[in-house]
Amino acid sequence: MDDQLPSIFWDFCQYLVNGLAQGSIYALVALGYTMVYGIIKLINFAHGEFFMIGAFIGLYVVVAGYPLWLAFPMAMLGSGLVAVLVERFLYRPIRHAGRIPALITALGISFFFQYLGQGLLGADPKPFPNVLKNKSYHIGQVSIESTQLIIMGVTIFLMAFLYWLVNHTRIGKAMRATSFDKNAAELMGINTNRIISFTFFIGASWAGAAGVLVGIYYNTVEPMMGLIPGLKAFIAAVLGGIGIIPGAFLGGIVLGVAENLVVGFWVSTYRDAVAFLILILILLVRPNGLLGKNVREKV
Amino acid sequence: MDYAAHLALNAGIFMILALGLNLINGKCGQFSLGHAGFWAIGAYTSAAYGVYFPLPVPDAVNLFIGCLLGFGAAGLAGLLIGIPCLRLRGDYLAIATLGFGEIIRIIIINIDAVGGPRGFTGIPKWSNLFWVYVWVVITIILLANLSRSSHGRAIISVREDEIAADSMGIYTFKYKTLAFVIGAGLAGVAGSLFAHSQQFLHPNGFTFMWSVIILLMIILGGMGSYTGSIIGAIILTLLPELLRLLGETLSNWRMVIYSVLLIILMLARPHGILGKKEFNFFGLFNKEAK
Repeated sequence: MDDQLPSIFWDFCQYLVNGLAQGSIYALVALGYTMVYGIIKLINFAHGEFFMIGAFIGLYVVVAGYPLWLAFPMAMLGSGLVAVLVERFLYRPIRHAGRIPALITALGISFFFQYLGQGLLGADPKPFPNVLKNKSYHIGQVSIESTQLIIMGVTIFLMAFLYWLVNHTRIGKAMRATSFDKNAAELMGINTNRIISFTFFIGASWAGAAGVLVGIYYNTVEPMMGLIPGLKAFIAAVLGGIGIIPGAFLGGIVLGVAENLVVGFWVSTYRDAVAFLILILILLVRPNGLLGKNVREKV
Repeated sequence: MDYAAHLALNAGIFMILALGLNLINGKCGQFSLGHAGFWAIGAYTSAAYGVYFPLPVPDAVNLFIGCLLGFGAAGLAGLLIGIPCLRLRGDYLAIATLGFGEIIRIIIINIDAVGGPRGFTGIPKWSNLFWVYVWVVITIILLANLSRSSHGRAIISVREDEIAADSMGIYTFKYKTLAFVIGAGLAGVAGSLFAHSQQFLHPNGFTFMWSVIILLMIILGGMGSYTGSIIGAIILTLLPELLRLLGETLSNWRMVIYSVLLIILMLARPHGILGKKEFNFFGLFNKEAK
């Protein structure tokens, strides 16, 4: 028993590192969910598809021979533009109809992009070229891959940038005002439609960046890749407290680590079930999320 | 002729599924996205009964027992899921039921006795076109009577305004659970009929996609209209076949066409073909439904 303990400890640390890398990706996607939900109270089911679109743009940029650093801005711009178009032509006309019709529209958009991708590009996973020399660093018996470091680095950078954007700029102030009270913000001269478009753009760009990171990390890209990570990112957003930006980060990390620990120490087929179980528990025990404040419902 | 019978059988099973979901989504206004999960529970329960402990009675009786078991198992699952989830509202409920639907599927994949990821084979063929439509009629009678009883009125009042219903002394949680359990149980019946006519089940046949397709049926027909659900189920069962007739490429784009249909429907006619109205055959349904 005594000599077994260290090996369990190292295993634990290894799963923790893997979980942090995966959680960072969830966190990036969850940010978009949280921002869009915060501003128009819509669960944007199609958000996972923006992530998929970003991954494919990244793939084609790299395949075309351009350097990897260019793939990030291209993917972010591409997913962002798709999101803005979707918002302008599909979500905006239905916004007044209430939450459930908007939710169903979002479902439809999600399916549309998935199966359009399958029809145009084929259902088979595409290999993402190995552009990075993958080095492993060792701390004790824990190995950290350079791609994992890149994932965490990019996530922290984008997160910090978003935090600055929302809390210290004029447009960030307008975003917060719109999410707090749309009508009042409009009366104060804020063009709320433009702010909502901008929010979709930012959220989808971050998801697009996450798509490229997933391409680098797992080396495959496929049209259906957005569905499960999209749902899990939503769970991460709820876990942290939907509408709260640091909450999305925390939720993503917690979810990624929890999943990897389950895969490591229990059965890997239950991986997806764990995420949904966490969601249901959090909704029952603390529906406002880990960082959320209690809001009384008024009639 | 065989082909037409097969299509009619599928349409019947989807009618039961759509009617059950319509009770939850359309009549009670609780947005559920996990219907395929209940369908799977019913199918696997009844199939397990048929494979492991069938009673030495005629097939029709066994099918009846299988359907009741499917109803019971799916209804019980609906109760277990409904009690925690129905305290949530709107979009949260949608995500929680979606989660449960997926969990059910993952659990089935991990049960070896029902074939796990290989699929469940050797299910006795008890069901046929006749029995499917017997159950369609039973479902319609059950739901039509329910929606005109005081319980049914209470369920509709939850949809119209939950807070107002509460303040009128209706125990909304009870009626939400009631609608959820009956709707889930009907999905279980559909699963049982499905299992005993297909004779083969696979967990991937009950994915989230099917929950959405059943949802599309009731939206197309009109949320809150049972006749609308029947029309929706028929249209969406025949549509893929129609697309197949038009050519291989179109049938490959089936899901793209579905999703575009869903989006256009939401933008142009969010209440579906019939809205909340019932199609009136021979004055069978009351005109005062509105």
